[in-house]
Amino acid sequence: MPTKITMPFTAEIISCLKVGEEILLSGEIFTARDAAHKRMVEMLDANVMLPFELDGQVVYYAGPCPAPPGKVIGSIGPTTSARMDVYTPRLIKEGLKIMIGKGERSPAVISAIREYKGLYLAAVSGAGALLSLCVKRAELIAFEDLGTEAVYKLEVHNMPLVVAVDSRGNNIYGLRG
Amino acid sequence: MRIIEEARITDAVEKLCIEANICIGHDIKEALIKAKTCESLPLARSVLDTLSENAEIAQREKLPVCQDTGMTVVFVSLGTKVHINGNINDAINEGVRRGYKNGYFRNSVVGDPITRKNTGDNTPAVIHYDFAEGDSIKITVMPKGFGSENMSAVKMLSPSDGLSGAESFIIETVLKAGANPCPPIIVGVGIGGTMEKAALLSKQALLRDVGSVNSEPFWAEFEARLLEKINALGIGPAGYGGITTALAAHVLTYPTHIAGLPVAVNIGCHATRHKTKQLTIDN
Repeated sequence: MPTKITMPFTAEIISCLKVGEEILLSGEIFTARDAAHKRMVEMLDANVMLPFELDGQVVYYAGPCPAPPGKVIGSIGPTTSARMDVYTPRLIKEGLKIMIGKGERSPAVISAIREYKGLYLAAVSGAGALLSLCVKRAELIAFEDLGTEAVYKLEVHNMPLVVAVDSRGNNIYGLRG
Repeated sequence: MRIIEEARITDAVEKLCIEANICIGHDIKEALIKAKTCESLPLARSVLDTLSENAEIAQREKLPVCQDTGMTVVFVSLGTKVHINGNINDAINEGVRRGYKNGYFRNSVVGDPITRKNTGDNTPAVIHYDFAEGDSIKITVMPKGFGSENMSAVKMLSPSDGLSGAESFIIETVLKAGANPCPPIIVGVGIGGTMEKAALLSKQALLRDVGSVNSEPFWAEFEARLLEKINALGIGPAGYGGITTALAAHVLTYPTHIAGLPVAVNIGCHATRHKTKQLTIDN
């Protein structure tokens, strides 16, 4: 059975989680993908305050569909994490702890995860409809002009995830032979 | 000459966009269930279950199976005895516009590849036309997600590279794609023609039913071998490891030049969405 985890992630929880472990995550996370990453790094470079505190946060690489009437949000599966690799080590240094996405990460990202004791979690790619049912609340936080790429604060309940890179840098995508 | 009003084309494209994004094909649903019986790794089985459950939820809740509702690829086969009252390009794009709005789908198209401003309605579609005998129009809508599209590739091989060269290129492409295209994938392969012809064939190859066998024994055998080698890569469902990296490998070929051997690989995700409708004068 997957381990149920309720945020915030403590250093102890992070260090206990091992690559390949299935978890069900509950709590608050933020969406950010390509355009939001680019903008966040530009803001950091310009010493402008970010729309949300990065320290200890969880970022979900996702651009949801609009919410149909009566629903909290539309389909919301993970996008390819590799496109964020160019920005991620910087954000980890600024305090970002946990990322949710799909697919391999670069060696630079994995070593930043190891150095700063973070985690990379994978959501099942292509399961956007199922994942949308885990979102109990969605609030637009920043970059409204980016549309689906805006930053949303999500309240998730029992979101099914797999530990893809653990805090020791073990990588699920490197295990296959 | 038969006349078809452009409004009928718009209506058909709207419905096809909605249906294709919400309901994945029976062939794929069955292949996912069958794949689970072959997997022994718990994580691989769990992913395949999740994907089957996701397909059910999408259909029940009328949600798109994936948030990447794609760039809309439309194949149109025009009967030579048909006349369309109006502009067919505009009619198709209007259908896409309505389908994505009324389906509550994501608009994923930017107007310029460098300045990247979202067009706000998922248009324009990428439309491919061809002609057929008869008095009907066949329209296929294929919403193509870019997790898988980005991992696709074309290579101009030399004739001396032969079938084994083509095979190596296909396997390398799938290996390089790894977990990104949302495996288990469908591998569409186009061999021959010119560069763009091979690419188009590789996309059309994705439209074939999963589980169907190539009508030419030589290529049927190649497809079977390809699938076996791809599944031996160990990428597995969602890339967590396992023996189901692909559900199918489909090959389409075309005559080519004495100096060339173009090979294209178009990767389709686990959902590889597409729906078809035939418009005739009577329906």
